[in-house]
Amino acid sequence: MKALRWYGKGDIRCETVLDPQIEEPRDAIIKVTSCAICGSDLHLYDHFMPGMQKGDIMGHETMGEVVEIGSSIKNLKVGDRVVIPFTIICGECEQCRRGNFSVCERTNRNANLAAKVFGHTTAGLFGYTHLTGGYPGGQAEYLRVPYADTTHIKVPDGLRDEQLLFLSDIFPTGWQAAVQCDIEPTDTVAIWGAGPVGQMAIRSALLLGAKQVIVIDCVPERLSMAQAGGAIPIDFQEESVIERLNELTRGRGPEKCIDAVGLEAHVSMKHPDTVLDRAKQAVMLETDRPHVLREMMYVCRPAGVLSVPGVYGGLLDKIPFGAVMNKGLTIRTGQTHVNRWTDDLLRRIQEGQIDPSFVITHTVALEEGPQMYETFRDKKDGCIKVVLKPH
Amino acid sequence: MARHRQMQSYKTRSQGSAETLARGLGWFSLVLGAAELFGAKSMASWLGVERQEGLIRAYGAREVATGIGILSQRDPTAWVWGRVAGDALDLATLGNALRDRHAHHDRVALAFGAVAGVTVLDVVCANALTGQNAQPARRFDYSDRSGLPRPPNQMRGAARDFEVPRDMRIPDALRPYRQPQRIGRPQPSM
Repeated sequence: MKALRWYGKGDIRCETVLDPQIEEPRDAIIKVTSCAICGSDLHLYDHFMPGMQKGDIMGHETMGEVVEIGSSIKNLKVGDRVVIPFTIICGECEQCRRGNFSVCERTNRNANLAAKVFGHTTAGLFGYTHLTGGYPGGQAEYLRVPYADTTHIKVPDGLRDEQLLFLSDIFPTGWQAAVQCDIEPTDTVAIWGAGPVGQMAIRSALLLGAKQVIVIDCVPERLSMAQAGGAIPIDFQEESVIERLNELTRGRGPEKCIDAVGLEAHVSMKHPDTVLDRAKQAVMLETDRPHVLREMMYVCRPAGVLSVPGVYGGLLDKIPFGAVMNKGLTIRTGQTHVNRWTDDLLRRIQEGQIDPSFVITHTVALEEGPQMYETFRDKKDGCIKVVLKPH
Repeated sequence: MARHRQMQSYKTRSQGSAETLARGLGWFSLVLGAAELFGAKSMASWLGVERQEGLIRAYGAREVATGIGILSQRDPTAWVWGRVAGDALDLATLGNALRDRHAHHDRVALAFGAVAGVTVLDVVCANALTGQNAQPARRFDYSDRSGLPRPPNQMRGAARDFEVPRDMRIPDALRPYRQPQRIGRPQPSM
């Protein structure tokens, strides 16, 4: 089969590899009908996340049709249409029973490695470094799904792939980002980053009833899409984020702040800390660029909430934790507990409350994936979300 | 409904080469800058311009700053032009040293030739980057892509039927003052 494989910084190749096989009784094989490039794939593309090996298959936003099942699978059959959540879950461990699926205790094949880096293991993830199990990803013609009896979202016919695919990651990620803000009708929610997760977080915050949603970015087309979803745009290259947020909140600051940017904050001379972070990254004195975290901690209203769906990988410098402590801020973060939200979100899609396909700007064949990684990373050609079609 | 656009790969070899060359020049700046900063005394002595040690160190700091600028920016064009300006300064300083009777003229001439060679590379790179930037940028407007069935102000709160799980609620003491409390929740102790 064909698959997109990682070979190093900026080096993704479409190559022919062996088809996946059933390895365990709880496995299933799916024929991928649609998959997408996620913003967090770009952290691998730019080689900011440790634990990748040459030849690893990329991708964790995938859906398709079941073509083969393991001997112990009772709730799936060949021909079923499924979306695959990016978190691999056993459904049986204590964390899964609590609904904390992204920290499933059993599915990471390299649990010892993860425990060394993070203190304790987190769930196995598709196509996302050997720290999270080294599972082959879904930017391929076929995908082996481990723990498939729990790691799937069965979806009905009658809805297009494009409406359903993002149940795998960005829609529940944006949703969880807003949910963990516990939005009140009087709240202003400020969202940094108008990429795909930011766009989903904007719609989620609006649907959950925020009085005002503000988005901070510098890419005009992304701001225009954010505005279409009801957000007030702030272009951080053109205006002062702090001044504008204070204006829009009568000097009180937003009650809820969402970081949908993560470790690769935009580097700009206007924000000297980003240049310093970039220089430190270049000489391996720091792993991430946490400008957004710093800004959120500074502008958030006292007793507010910081929600961090943006991915961070390691060690961050100059975090103003004094502001967090003295203002009594609450920080909520984590990889998304996808299956915790998908029944509800699928219902909302079916009822027409939201159509997540609005975010797609490019649909191409799998073979064009390597070029699209660059287009997406460099925000060229108006690119916001890329869907790949393997067949 | 989102409109899907089919597209072709469009990156040209020359664009990729200019960016690669710029990255190489960025690293070159860092290495040369570090050498000038930490080896200014030896460098000045080798060229026979001992009194210029402070100036060499300052040029080293400039090189390091330029290197960081090139390597940290997605679009390094301005920083590469900055290198060209720095080259002009270097050439003027070396030209001046050629008139200094204490300087080792053969070594200064060698350094002058090396800087002139790098200047050519810098100009070629800066021109290539400027050329690719000069291509008219297409504007994209996604203001018709809400993903919502009705205007956003009519969709505000459409998902209020969703109950936030207990582990994701904020403490009651942090809720807005004088807001009606939810059933079963204690009043804030204020």
